[in-house]
Amino acid sequence: MSNRINIQKTYKLYIDGKFPRTESGRYIKWMNKDKSTIINICRGSRKDFRNAIVSARKALSGWSARTAYNRAQILYRIGEMLEGRREQFMAELILQGSSKKDAENEINQSIDCLIYYAGWADKYQQIFSRVNPVSQAYFNFTISEPTGVVSAIAPNDSSLLGLVSIISPVIAGGNTIVILASEKLPICSISFGEVLHTSDVPGGVVNILTGEKTELIEHFSTHMDVNAIIYCGENKDEQKLIETNASLNLKHVVHYKNKKWALENSHSPYHILNTQETKTTWHPIGI
Amino acid sequence: MYNQTIDQINTQERVARLFSRSIKKESKVQALHLALSMIDLTTLEGKDSPGKVKQLCYKASHLHDNFPNLPHVAAICVYPPMVSIAKKALEGTKINVASVATAFPSGMANLQAKLEEVKSVVNEGADEIDMVISRGKFLSGEYQYVSDEITQVKEACGKAHLKVILETGELVTLDNVRLASDIAMKAGADFIKTSTGKVSPSATPPVVLTMLEAIRDFNNKTGKQIGMKPAGGIGTAKQAIQYLVMINETLGSDWLSPNLFRFGASSLANDILMQIVKQSTGNYQSKDYFSID
Amino acid sequence: MSKKQKWEYSPALEGTDHIQLKKQYDLFINGKFTPGAEGKYFSTVNPANEEKIAEVAEANQKDINFAVESAQKAYDNTWSKMPGKERGKYIFRIARLLQERAREFSVIETIDGGKPIRESRDVDIPLASAHFFYYAGWADKLEYAFPGKQANSLGVTGQIIPWNFPLLMASWKIAPALATGNTVVLKPAETTPLTAMKLAEIIQEADLPPGVVNIVTGAGDTGKAIVNHPDIKKIAFTGSTEVGKYIMKSIAGTDKKYTLELGGKAANIIFEDASIDQAVEGIINSIFFNQGHVCCAGSRLYVQESVAEEVIQKLRNRMSSLIVGNPLDKNTDIGAINSKMQLDKIKMYVDLGKEEGGNIYQPSCSLPKKGFWHAPTIFTDVSQSNRIIQEEIFGPVLGIQTFRTVDEVIAKANNTAYGLSGGVWTDKGSKIFKVTKDIRAGVIWANTFNKFDPASPFGGYKESGVGSEGGIEGLRGYLDLA
Repeated sequence: MSNRINIQKTYKLYIDGKFPRTESGRYIKWMNKDKSTIINICRGSRKDFRNAIVSARKALSGWSARTAYNRAQILYRIGEMLEGRREQFMAELILQGSSKKDAENEINQSIDCLIYYAGWADKYQQIFSRVNPVSQAYFNFTISEPTGVVSAIAPNDSSLLGLVSIISPVIAGGNTIVILASEKLPICSISFGEVLHTSDVPGGVVNILTGEKTELIEHFSTHMDVNAIIYCGENKDEQKLIETNASLNLKHVVHYKNKKWALENSHSPYHILNTQETKTTWHPIGI
Repeated sequence: MYNQTIDQINTQERVARLFSRSIKKESKVQALHLALSMIDLTTLEGKDSPGKVKQLCYKASHLHDNFPNLPHVAAICVYPPMVSIAKKALEGTKINVASVATAFPSGMANLQAKLEEVKSVVNEGADEIDMVISRGKFLSGEYQYVSDEITQVKEACGKAHLKVILETGELVTLDNVRLASDIAMKAGADFIKTSTGKVSPSATPPVVLTMLEAIRDFNNKTGKQIGMKPAGGIGTAKQAIQYLVMINETLGSDWLSPNLFRFGASSLANDILMQIVKQSTGNYQSKDYFSID
Repeated sequence: MSKKQKWEYSPALEGTDHIQLKKQYDLFINGKFTPGAEGKYFSTVNPANEEKIAEVAEANQKDINFAVESAQKAYDNTWSKMPGKERGKYIFRIARLLQERAREFSVIETIDGGKPIRESRDVDIPLASAHFFYYAGWADKLEYAFPGKQANSLGVTGQIIPWNFPLLMASWKIAPALATGNTVVLKPAETTPLTAMKLAEIIQEADLPPGVVNIVTGAGDTGKAIVNHPDIKKIAFTGSTEVGKYIMKSIAGTDKKYTLELGGKAANIIFEDASIDQAVEGIINSIFFNQGHVCCAGSRLYVQESVAEEVIQKLRNRMSSLIVGNPLDKNTDIGAINSKMQLDKIKMYVDLGKEEGGNIYQPSCSLPKKGFWHAPTIFTDVSQSNRIIQEEIFGPVLGIQTFRTVDEVIAKANNTAYGLSGGVWTDKGSKIFKVTKDIRAGVIWANTFNKFDPASPFGGYKESGVGSEGGIEGLRGYLDLA
């Protein structure tokens, strides 16, 4: 054993393509099981969330205007970057309490999830769009368009795969997202920001916060510039709170209940559709 | 003013809405009388004879023998060789003689020949000249040629009124109909007219509406009131009333007059007469009771 | 008729002697017409003359319980077990019966709601029938609608519809619900219940199993009882954004599914290269169709500055040929305002528009003395910050603004909490695709406006709603996709 002292990483938020500390200066003390490692996690605030929404809104028009092919390539690139950081995530997942085998599985599945949605990014429109045979001299077609800015409460018990499973279909569909990482297992959720940061994902498209759900859930669901909210959890009170608050501006509510993200069939293009709007256009056919 | 596009489907829908007007009772009787007064009673057959033209003129001037208070038709429309015959037969009536000219119906002659033909029928007494535009030139984009030709024909007309036939069946698109209407009005047309009756389709409702809208816009810009004449395929009183609705709601009451609107038709008059009799007697009529001259 | 004399169209009244209306309508529950538990009735009046047409039962909580119970039984015992092929035949039957009785329904729709007979005859009733016909065919083909998914029905659905397109909205709700194997408790609006009750007769005639469709009449409290009933699995609502939010809040945490078709304040954009006369007609259709009682009405007009004067002049001219009056007259373009309450609201906004400095224009038209009427109205000299530009008026009132650039008009078009529909008029193809893509709304009409079809999905972005109705998308809200 050398005498060299390790450099410890400071875990920060990921907002607007940058890694700021929480503006509130608050922290949450996170410990691994045997309390051998203690990490100060940012306790994100209402204002951090607000800033994240501002950047998500700003990034939306550019991201949704990217070609589907380009979004597909960027999702694929995220997968590549995650593959390259395998060691880091192994260590963090194990630190969070996973067995080596589980950690390896979770990383594999997270990468595969990204590749899966990379493949869908330029195809879901073909599955869900159509030309409608109206009974008049009109060309009528229906396409999907991104709902807009999405806020999300990530699954609490799956810090990497759960996070990736929520983010991927949302951004494959051209939305931008602000996601609250698992409160229980925040470490590799935050590190995933580093993967995004090196993957050609424009700043603001994905924003990752850490903090206390009970504090932030109110803001995630009341913000008037959020178009949809994704809730992963089974808490009836939280569900009711989110749905009640969502009625303020008719946010679309997507609820993934008891979802086992590790199952073979847990991903689906219908998850992309969950944060898509339906646009139908009419035009006369004549000379 | 030469670039207004016309959307075909929306125009068809506007026509359908106009034609859904339900004209009943007093307003129908008014319309039937008005439509009758707007007819250019027409015979344009290669086999036309002086006898047929005379009969037609007789009928035109004696419609109200059996039906008092009926208006007379606006004009008799014939080929150039029949002008003098019609003029004579209509002496003492207020019915005009209109003649087609300028190598009707194709317009395939040189300008000089066309101008001479126009001058000659005006000399023989034609009150109105129905010319055709050179569609070939129009379709090849020689709009100036088309315009100049109309201007010169107008000059040759002297006091006679000039109706310019666009032959919209050959122009095909409403964009072209609009453009040709604008060219004709600017070049001096007193009336613009849809068709010769020799090309299918002749007057279609979307074409007529497009021309009426062109007339309205020209009037808004210049203050000039240009007349309109749909021709061909208008055989029933119902169609005629539908067109009156179209004029009424596009150009307004000024144009509800034979001075500014005509129907070029051969069988329309009888159908209107049948309807007028039906309105006064309450009984549906049979064609057997109306002469077919 | 001498020159200059105006040609007035004589009245051309649609006959009413062929319609069959009862003096009193009970609730339609479990296949039978049943008096309400409390025995209360309310009147529905003809807004064109304020005369009472019929009395309709008011459903209370007990009645809703009975209706939901019947619907649940019908779902459990017959409807959910019936093969889709057979379910479809019942829906086809409804479509056919409606076609056969189309004229009767048109007249009743016009009498009860005030809309011109031309519209109920040519739009509402044919489209309602077409809607049943379209969805009937889906009943045995659901596995093709959502690839990779198994489509399961939900159970009892609660449906609440508005007064602007009474029968059409009933068909938008009932047809997809039945096709997907659900049963229905539907509440029509309290001012326009009659065609729904006539539809109940058709459903009886079509021999649908009792309880598959239940139609209950009443006002807000009846609606609340439906929304909050614990056995209802899905709420489909069309109406105001305010009530939509209330419903979403009421069912928060219950796992009920919902489709909400709410308000709008659509931008209708005229570019200088548009076919102007057709665009003007498009404006007429966008705001004066159905007295402007249309959630997707193009109530905000944006005209490119270079053609603004011409467009507005032509619009005024066109407005002067609109005929306002007896809805039963086949020549009427603008009928009666649906209710006194709605008329007061429209008048309030018109007064507000004047106070806000707007320049008002109304063509001269004589409005009947009895009944609820409002002249077609346009405002110029208004801006984004005016309330008549921001809020849904739901009447024949148009606010007109001008613009210079594409970016400017897109920004203004999207500067609203709503996102239901939009219109674009231009002759340039690439501009159509650019603008229709950039407008944040669910239905975009390019070089047309206010077109509807059963095969065409309809639904809003933002505060205009959640979910779509019509087309394949219209099935989704009535299914659990496993």
